[in-house]
Amino acid sequence: MTIRHEERPVLTPHNLDETELLGLFRRMALLREFEERTAEQYARGRIWGFCHLYTGQEAVAVGAVSALTREDYVVTAYRDHGQAIAKGIDPKRVMAELFGKRTGTSLGRGGSMHLFDREVNFMGGYAIVGGHLPIATGLALAVQYREEDRIVATFFGDGAVAEGAFHESLNLAQLWQLPVVFVLENNLYGMGTAVERASATRDFHPRAEAYGIPGEAVDGMDVLAVREAVTRARDRALDGKGPSFLEMKTYRFRPHSMSDPGRYRTRGEVDIWRQRDPLRTFPERLIEEEVATREQIDVILGEVEEEVRECIAFAEESPHPEPADLMRFVWAADEPEGEDGP
Amino acid sequence: MSMREITYRDALNEALHEEMARDPSVLVLGEEVALYEGAYKVTRGLLARFGERRVKDTPIAEEVIAGSAIGAAMGGLRPVAEMMTWNFAILAFDQIINHAAKIRYMFGGRVKLPLVIRGPQGGGKQLAAQHSQSVETWLAHCPGLKVVCPSSPADAKGLLVTAIRDDDPVMFLEHEILYNAKGNVPEGEIAVPFGQAAIVHQGSDVTIITYSLMTLKALKAAEELERDGIHAEVIDLRTLVPLDMEAVLASVRKTNRALVVQEGWPVCGMASEIAARIQEDAFDDLDAPVRRLTGKPVPMPYNRILEAQAVPQVPDIVAEVRRLAA
Repeated sequence: MTIRHEERPVLTPHNLDETELLGLFRRMALLREFEERTAEQYARGRIWGFCHLYTGQEAVAVGAVSALTREDYVVTAYRDHGQAIAKGIDPKRVMAELFGKRTGTSLGRGGSMHLFDREVNFMGGYAIVGGHLPIATGLALAVQYREEDRIVATFFGDGAVAEGAFHESLNLAQLWQLPVVFVLENNLYGMGTAVERASATRDFHPRAEAYGIPGEAVDGMDVLAVREAVTRARDRALDGKGPSFLEMKTYRFRPHSMSDPGRYRTRGEVDIWRQRDPLRTFPERLIEEEVATREQIDVILGEVEEEVRECIAFAEESPHPEPADLMRFVWAADEPEGEDGP
Repeated sequence: MSMREITYRDALNEALHEEMARDPSVLVLGEEVALYEGAYKVTRGLLARFGERRVKDTPIAEEVIAGSAIGAAMGGLRPVAEMMTWNFAILAFDQIINHAAKIRYMFGGRVKLPLVIRGPQGGGKQLAAQHSQSVETWLAHCPGLKVVCPSSPADAKGLLVTAIRDDDPVMFLEHEILYNAKGNVPEGEIAVPFGQAAIVHQGSDVTIITYSLMTLKALKAAEELERDGIHAEVIDLRTLVPLDMEAVLASVRKTNRALVVQEGWPVCGMASEIAARIQEDAFDDLDAPVRRLTGKPVPMPYNRILEAQAVPQVPDIVAEVRRLAA
């Protein structure tokens, strides 16, 4: 691995003030709390289907999206709660979608794997491994064609790298110099299969270089390292220099999905990664470097607990979609007007 | 409206030229579409007129051709993606079936996908098993895709114009054999609406329901049958999704006999679907069971005698109608 621990950036060069640094912590804490409570609600039978939690990978979504503007597009896979909330979707509407309610981001039609919000340019969670990468490439084509001042950031897991769609997308993105940042979240497992059991190589960013795309490994447990790498990649894209590829070395603390007993890795391995839990290391740094006090951190933790409680209450109280609306939205002629939500 | 005779290929080409000139958000992408002007020359002249920005050669990578069209449509464009043939589009079926057809629904109607995927399909040129398939049934089966199968130059143009203007993903299936077929096409802008079948031959004894190349064969069969005093009505469906069952049922209620003809394989085909709907909605009007005449359930052979045997021919249609009318 080529994680640059020794180059771990200190806080000050990021030009982030105290509020912004605490903001990053707050967003990560919100994602963590959201996922932990989601797991409870799943166990209580209020959330169904496949549900993939983001716990452990918070630094990637929060760091990456903090380097983007509201106008920038995000396209991601099915482990999408983190990117969706980081991108600015109201977490109430995310929870409502998990509950299948009509106030959800996708009016209860999508569920956990298919969050969407055009208002914040979150262009969807997709559940065919690698299938969204051609779509992200096409969005970047639209941005380039329309000469818009924004980029596309697309997130995917290490499993997607084996798909043909991945290779077709990287090749075309570089060929056409499209403004897209490929953010690989290498959490070391494609479902229950370790990277070394599925991939001929351990590192993936050299594959991007094979297409002429600059690729680099980033410490995905360090929100500031992620933010800095995405900032650079975004600048490149905006300068018309084409795509970049960032391999975030990260880890999920929970199993692949709520239906995975997680027997393919040891407790010890999880514990080692938990030492690098961004929800632990980042606030420690903030305190150590006197950006924040323990009290401030605790206040934030209390606030996000309350916020997620409100999300659950909102989701519980929201109505189910109307049975009469089953067939709506298959065709463009069916407009969502009259439904709840924005 | 003044008419002139042009080929199916040129009619498609005119539609692309006119729509690209009319709407700056329309772009064309695919294998060989720009410099080479299309494997079948449907995109002739587009690069010279509209430039590299709007007419884009792609790698041989069907998944990202279809997927980037989907993404471009979500980003505000109206892409027309060419598949060199629909046989190759099978490589892009993840994008077409899992993505294009479902995105609007699974995201609660919050996004539209105005895109066209077009290209040739069908047999008849001795291209053997991997280049001769008919895929319309696979596409029509999946909710969320519009499916268009023009049989004439006028429809090729008018339906492609409508497809480009439509806000849903449109799968536009041209027939390889028809590119050189000539027909009258009105001068100037034409848009043929979706979901309106055409009665291309009037008759009172039997209704032949068909589409694409089989329409031409059915017309020849109908002319031959006229000589025997059998008056077949030929309905060209033109679009399979949406499907104009009103026109089919109205004709069957008049003729009381129906034959559905398709080039592709029989199992769960469009012919099966239409036959089922006729018996559901016009059972009491039928004087005979609805008949299907389809391609044989076999991969397409190369040999020309075997190939001709594998798909319905004019004498087969004539024979089926005679049996039905007897």
